[in-house]
Amino acid sequence: MHFEYQIEGGNFTRAGFASSEIKKKLKQLNVDLGIVKRTVVATYEAEVNVVAHAYSGTIYVDFDEEKVVIRLVDEGPGIPDIEQAMKEGFSTASSTVREMGFGAGMGLPNMKKNADDLQVSSEVGKGTTVQITMHYQNPNNK
Amino acid sequence: MTVQQLTEKLNLKVYGGKKGLGNEISGGYVSDLLSDVMGNADTGEVWITLQTHKNVMAIASLKDLAAIILVNNHQPEEDTLNQANEEGIPLLGTHMGTFEITGKLYELIK
Ligand SMILES: Nc1ncnc2c1ncn2[C@@H]1O[C@H](COP(=O)(O)OP(=O)(O)OP(=O)(O)O)[C@@H](O)[C@H]1O
Ligand SMILES: [Mg+2]
Repeated sequence: MHFEYQIEGGNFTRAGFASSEIKKKLKQLNVDLGIVKRTVVATYEAEVNVVAHAYSGTIYVDFDEEKVVIRLVDEGPGIPDIEQAMKEGFSTASSTVREMGFGAGMGLPNMKKNADDLQVSSEVGKGTTVQITMHYQNPNNK
Repeated sequence: MTVQQLTEKLNLKVYGGKKGLGNEISGGYVSDLLSDVMGNADTGEVWITLQTHKNVMAIASLKDLAAIILVNNHQPEEDTLNQANEEGIPLLGTHMGTFEITGKLYELIK
């Protein structure tokens, strides 16, 4: 099964839509609830990061027999230092975004904690690609 | 305890999401940082916050929270309220500040 969702930078009203669709699909597939929960956390944070930090993006979701791969490709400023961005508390969020309660610098650490596998690559001035892989089995692998 | 019982005991306003008043409460989480709630709140918890925009409902729904309590008489934005009704997640309110309502909630469900 393959799905695609568009994300518009700066538009917070739809943030979480793709995560919610993925959650429904995983529940239909009877995936262990703990795994569904971890998928939701990682995907939501990735989705919000495109809204908060990039200009536009696409989410590509592929469900196969044993796993789901969620790839978020955005056009945006990119991340100059990914290692620094992964640190809890690091954030470049604007003051408007912070007033909404985003910008704690916890999103990427949340993704790292919850994804079975997380790949982040970025080109400054072009954009960022985040790939989250979740396996349907092994709830104890985290 | 159900959300309905909680609203009666603490005299909370029910702005919307009445369909979920039967939700069982497993605990509580208090934060105004959305990624903190995303990462650390758990299913069935009541979330106490001063954030009134629509993203709180998205988080409550994704995390299967039992209800949201807005403190200090903060009013929900219109689209927040609409989503609470669509999802059936109770959106509650109180005149109390975060410290007071958290203490009372803790006493009731600890
Ligand atoms: N898609 C992206 N495009 C550009 N920069 C990004 C992207 N995702 C993350 N970043 C950078 O990495 C930083 C850390 O991201 P992280 O998600 O951990 O925290 P945050 O989004 O700032 O706050 P929070 O997630 O707690 O609301 C961001 O502030 C931003 O500088
Ligand atoms: Mg983030």
